[in-house]
Amino acid sequence: MFKVFKAFVQKELYHILRDKRTLLILFGMPVAQVLIFGYAVTNEFRDAYLDIYDQAGDHMSQELVQHLQSSGHFQVNNMIRSDKQLEDGFKAGTTKLAVVIPVDFASDLSNGKSVSVQLLADGSDPNNANTLVQYASTMITSFQKERLDQSENPYQIGVQTRMLYNPQLASAHNFVPGTIALILLIISAMMTSLTIAREKELGTMEILLVSPLPPLLIILGKVAPYAALSFIDALLVLILGYFVFDVPIVGNLLLLLAVCFLYVVAALALGTLISTVSKTQQDAMLRSLMGLMMPSMLLSGFIFPLASMPKVLQVLGSIIPATYFIEILKGVMLRGVGFDLVVWEVMILVGMTVFLLFMSYRNFKIRLE
Amino acid sequence: MSAITAAHISKSFGEVRALQDVSLSVEHGELFGLIGPDGAGKSTLFRILTTLLLADEGEASVAGHPVVKEYKKIRRKVGYMPGKFSLYQDLSVQENLTFFATIFGTTIEANYELIQDIYVQIEPFKTRLAGKLSGGMKQKLALCCALIHKPEVLFLDEPTTGVDAVSRKEFWEMLQRLKEKGIAILVSTPYMDEAELCDRIALIQHGKILQTDSPARLRTSYTHPLYAVKAADTYRLLKGLREAIYTRSVLPFGGFLHLSTRDIMDPEQIKNDLDRKGFSNIEIKKIEATVEDVFLELSETDELKTATR
Repeated sequence: MFKVFKAFVQKELYHILRDKRTLLILFGMPVAQVLIFGYAVTNEFRDAYLDIYDQAGDHMSQELVQHLQSSGHFQVNNMIRSDKQLEDGFKAGTTKLAVVIPVDFASDLSNGKSVSVQLLADGSDPNNANTLVQYASTMITSFQKERLDQSENPYQIGVQTRMLYNPQLASAHNFVPGTIALILLIISAMMTSLTIAREKELGTMEILLVSPLPPLLIILGKVAPYAALSFIDALLVLILGYFVFDVPIVGNLLLLLAVCFLYVVAALALGTLISTVSKTQQDAMLRSLMGLMMPSMLLSGFIFPLASMPKVLQVLGSIIPATYFIEILKGVMLRGVGFDLVVWEVMILVGMTVFLLFMSYRNFKIRLE
Repeated sequence: MSAITAAHISKSFGEVRALQDVSLSVEHGELFGLIGPDGAGKSTLFRILTTLLLADEGEASVAGHPVVKEYKKIRRKVGYMPGKFSLYQDLSVQENLTFFATIFGTTIEANYELIQDIYVQIEPFKTRLAGKLSGGMKQKLALCCALIHKPEVLFLDEPTTGVDAVSRKEFWEMLQRLKEKGIAILVSTPYMDEAELCDRIALIQHGKILQTDSPARLRTSYTHPLYAVKAADTYRLLKGLREAIYTRSVLPFGGFLHLSTRDIMDPEQIKNDLDRKGFSNIEIKKIEATVEDVFLELSETDELKTATR
């Protein structure tokens, strides 16, 4: 029986190695996805440009402008002279954030009058606008604090914020676990459903069925190579994350890999389940894209936080394996928690895997219909 | 015990009745042909017998095992070559053969004598990918793969469709040799000329078996006088003969028309009649019926029966 299994795996490897498209999906996609998420789809910004509309033009306002630039996040793009110039800048899209410093800035400040600095941001890109405004306000507050420290105001509350486990709020910390979840799903579920559907489409499934091979062996022989390959991909993403984006692996590496393995098995079972209802490769592809990829990307908490979603979507999100997998990954990778703290998520994942395995075994057809 | 028996098999796909009350039996060492046009239900019958589909009604057994209950035993004992070329196109000839040998728990060497005749012809191309072989070569490889585990019963679904004339002839010669080794062979084909090469044939159309017999007996069962007629304008000749009072039926067969008459006639008599009607270059001769004549005759009467019902 082992010889048969070996022959099957060997045949499957021939298919994979001789098809450039499959190879590209297997090894090109993980790398591309990590790099895209890492460099393009990011909430961080470096060298944000801001415009200054300095109506005061005194020593204090210049100090504020200096201070804003001192963090290294901002660069002054334009010094604006008029309201019209301000409006034109926003319309042309060259201005993303403008800081308006009112007249008599220095004198009002030293006289103890309340002063407001206006922040104008381009709200058509809300995420960016929010982040910019937040950064700018922080800088202005710290500027005020520095000044006030020198004067004699005894009562103040200082707020010190520290982002634990991800001090720079680097988005890489979020997307590396998410990407692993997606990659494993694509390789394990989509590729296996495709390869089984291909046997049906080409008619070779007919010959395999009219042979002494037990159904379980056909499935195992088909999925084993993909399980191994998706594992390699998971390692590839971890390594890329570690060396290119400085994502640490704080927790136990063995626990991490064990959870990856569990998730791969769940995804393989899903892929097999999809293939039992798909007749053609196209069919299998559509089902895995719509039924697996989309929800796993949108409802797993990878891109949008689940907690802020409507109840219905939260329930949907809670039946997606990726939700729990990402949760565990973040815990183990970033917070360094041990098995005892993710045991609940792991149990749910185990339950899902067993259910999916059972379903795909039960649904596997020993005949053509 | 027959190698294959099917009794009153019926199968429908939704509204389409693919098989209606089909019965046949094939003995060990017999080459049995299932002859009929595309869509007659040949592949459906093959899939039921190879345990891939379940019949709605009727019973069947292959190699002594009922197809539903003991499907696992059947799957060890039969070789199946589906109608569509179903090997791995991105694997080489040798890789395909090795793979199928292994999944049947055997090796190429162990059963080499069975496939030797066929394999020597494709051996020069053994490192070539199966997808890059010619039609005839593909069929030979598929046959090798179906034979590699020494099956008791061989199912070949339209093995010669899309294959050149020379390869077709070779292929049938191979079947004759396999038959002599005691293997029961059920082969389907849409080509009537191949029917003559079978021991027995079943004519099938619209999911019904019209007649089962040896090709020779089927031919002699055709009792009406039959003539091959040819003239300059074939289409006008067809119309002209249809209107003649002595005509039972007239059907085109390649360059000739096969004319069946109500009573035995002298070919000269027909020729004179056609001369009078203004046809030129007339050729006419009395002929024996072919399997195709029988098939067309039977299918016409069957259609009449169905229509009047």
